Amino acid sequence: MSTFDNVSRRGFLGHLVSAGALVLGARLVSVPAQAAGSAGGLRANDAALHPNLFVGVDTDGTVYIVATRSEMGTGIRTSLPLILADELEADWSRVRIEQAPGDKKYGDQDTDGSHSVRDFYMPMREAGATVRLMLVRAAASTWGVPESECEGRLHEVAHPATGRKLGYGELASAASKLPVPKKEEVRLKPKSAWRYIGKETQPYDLKDFVTGRAGFGIDARLDGMLYASIEHPPVLGGKLKSFDNKAALSVAGVQRTELLDPFKPPHAFQPLGGVAVLASNTWAAMQGRKKLNVQWEDGANAVYNSAPYREELLATAKQPGRLIRNAGNAEAEFAKGGKVFEASYYVPHLAHASMEPPMALANYRDGKVEVWTCTQNPQGAQDTVAQAVGVAPADVTVHVTLLGGGFGRKSKPDYVAEAAFLSKKAGKPVKVVWSREDDIKFDYYHAVAGMYMKAKLGGDGKPVAWLQRSVFPPIQSTFEQNAQYGSAGEMSMGWSDVPYDIPNLRVENGPAPAHVRIGWLRSVSNIYHAFAVGSFADELAHEAGRDPLEYLLDLIGKPRVLDLKAQGVNYHDTPGFPIETARLRHVLEVAAEKAQWGKRKPGNGWGMGIAVHRSFLTYVATVVEVEVDGSGKVTIPRVHYALDAGLIANPERVRSQFEGASVFGTSIALFGEITATNGRIDQSNFNDYVVTRINRAPRETFVYMVESEAPPAGVGEPGVPPFAPALCNAVFAATGKRVRDLPLSRHGFA
Amino acid sequence: MIRLTINGREQTFDGDPEMPLLWYLRDELGLTGAKFGCGEGLCGACTVHQNGAAIRACITPMKRAAGKNIVTIEGLGAGGLHPVQKAWMKHNVPQCGYCQPGQIMQAAALLARNNSPSEEQIDQNMSGNICRCGTYQRIKAAIREAGKELA
Repeated sequence: MSTFDNVSRRGFLGHLVSAGALVLGARLVSVPAQAAGSAGGLRANDAALHPNLFVGVDTDGTVYIVATRSEMGTGIRTSLPLILADELEADWSRVRIEQAPGDKKYGDQDTDGSHSVRDFYMPMREAGATVRLMLVRAAASTWGVPESECEGRLHEVAHPATGRKLGYGELASAASKLPVPKKEEVRLKPKSAWRYIGKETQPYDLKDFVTGRAGFGIDARLDGMLYASIEHPPVLGGKLKSFDNKAALSVAGVQRTELLDPFKPPHAFQPLGGVAVLASNTWAAMQGRKKLNVQWEDGANAVYNSAPYREELLATAKQPGRLIRNAGNAEAEFAKGGKVFEASYYVPHLAHASMEPPMALANYRDGKVEVWTCTQNPQGAQDTVAQAVGVAPADVTVHVTLLGGGFGRKSKPDYVAEAAFLSKKAGKPVKVVWSREDDIKFDYYHAVAGMYMKAKLGGDGKPVAWLQRSVFPPIQSTFEQNAQYGSAGEMSMGWSDVPYDIPNLRVENGPAPAHVRIGWLRSVSNIYHAFAVGSFADELAHEAGRDPLEYLLDLIGKPRVLDLKAQGVNYHDTPGFPIETARLRHVLEVAAEKAQWGKRKPGNGWGMGIAVHRSFLTYVATVVEVEVDGSGKVTIPRVHYALDAGLIANPERVRSQFEGASVFGTSIALFGEITATNGRIDQSNFNDYVVTRINRAPRETFVYMVESEAPPAGVGEPGVPPFAPALCNAVFAATGKRVRDLPLSRHGFA
Repeated sequence: MIRLTINGREQTFDGDPEMPLLWYLRDELGLTGAKFGCGEGLCGACTVHQNGAAIRACITPMKRAAGKNIVTIEGLGAGGLHPVQKAWMKHNVPQCGYCQPGQIMQAAALLARNNSPSEEQIDQNMSGNICRCGTYQRIKAAIREAGKELA
């Protein structure tokens, strides 16, 4: 790779140190042209042939593909471009990927909800095929032969009848003079001719990752910038009472302090407010901040205490709630008496804790703002920044760096607005650096949730009536003050869509007030809903004296399409993706077979647990194997995932997502818990907000992808929901101890 | 005036001697490969080598780095990729990539002492480095692979 390519690539990643400075610690920090102001200067736009937003072909044969979605570890910066490259018949080694800035012209860029491939699979294919057709037409016209006799093949157009060939680079200029073909003229490749789709492609940024050259939000640098560390009000909605910055200003390197106004409810993506310390390096800013003498007026959320709140949630879950879905008459069936079983489940608040905390560099100048940040949501960042500094969104350029993890946190651009606001105040570029403590204490938390479950078993042990009720402070509370009920979206995540074949089924949701910012975390409401449903199914199997796998298959019932709309449910349907129980059954059977389910008798500290869950349109079954020693230490020797995600663009990165989901799930099940005392978050760093380390992670996670003709569904999140119930079911099999509230570490396990 | 060697080059520093090495590397030298993750030595994202041993740059004050030979991820594969970096690429270890410079520096220090660590030794040596994406299984595979090349 040439030096030129290196520099341009780093520029787009927001990694703004020149190659020279990087090598061995030169003192001068220089900034390449991209950073100096040529907003969004993508080479794709300047390439000779550039018929659409996503691709450019230059005369030297370089193919530029524009990545419009954020890279936070899913591999999307590789997996969408490879789809375009496939249809273009590009040589992957001659493809350069460029990261798009936030711009509505690219369509949706909010990289969450596991829908990047689903939404952009066809646009990528069409974009690639369109360019291929133009190159073919240019060649055909050059040779004076019919275009039907020519084909685009691995970066060149060939005329097999005469053996003539022309490279894409040679054809780019001629092709650019042709009209862009209409959609109906464009022919997509047959599946049998796919070169990259469905094959294993390495992450595009792999070498930069292992050499330390990859540019994240925290790595963005501009000449003359200040570093900011911000003291936020410790209670949500708190206001500044008084502060004294004298000691802070006396710290060497500290240049100034700035006040940030509290938000106006609802808080949405607005900054929390507080006091910022701006300094010539990160350390000085952090030291200065420690010396701020700040008093706060806490406000109404100081009433928030997690222990009593938990009791309230679980009590509310036992009261009749809002009806979400109803089939038959569960209440009448319960009233008849019989074998009734009930249980309450609880999942605490969780924090995202991405390895890179929120970071943003902003440069406000003459009514325009340019930012470099690790964001999942660059268009949301444009809007939020615009509001914070009083400019139009079009005057805000958001360069998207690589993200050191996101998990939903970096969809909320509060920290980006902080940087822009401070840059405007200081008249200089400002980089806002959140510490780990800031990240843990001021997250948009995953909702704490209580679930009440009740079932009446028939003669064969299968439920004849089933009631489930969940209660949690909803995400809507972030956008609408005092919202207390789950939205249709939250209900559609593993609750209203419970796929079991039960004649009398009642689904409810109860109210809960929010006292902290509530947000979405990898797989969102599916986490607590799948935990309750997956645990309860296992409990009923044992209650009925039946094998959990066989019982789950019985619960799912005969293959059918679950039509919730027909049942009057306000369900977040995705057209083209019906709920097909045959696919759910199939992944269960595959996971069980691969794990050798039922081959070994559980007990004496060894066991397997199983759970199945459909989320983000993907069907996933998990078998988790555990060993529990006398001290309660849980070891996970093997995890088996079977998944049906429809068409898979890059199996290599799908496998890594599911391997990672087993580790993320281990964190949730074994360790994760955020609590509040008097409105203040009790945890602060990785010592007290524990996440899975290498010595506690599943030793081996096996991933089986079911061959599927269905369109592509999601893969970033669906591995998470079934993991915690499968693990707790395994712990029960191994020890006879049922854990209904997470994390396991609260119950003598470690 | 603090003198130290970074990636083979002599450097001098006359700022706050309490400032952690991490911020000197990142903010002063522009060596951004070592990452900030916790500031308390809890996550390992900032791992660099000091006289060959893996240390946490976020809790190493400059005064303690005085006179030391520091190597960062940028200086690890002088003249090419280090066997650990090659193994990391072969196994496609990174997801988001943020913690990986720290993981690689930690693994390289381990393998310099012991090129065929047991599973327990890998666990013990690598458990200070958090990967939130959960790439641990591939990290183990890559360490074994690199160990073979170093043997």
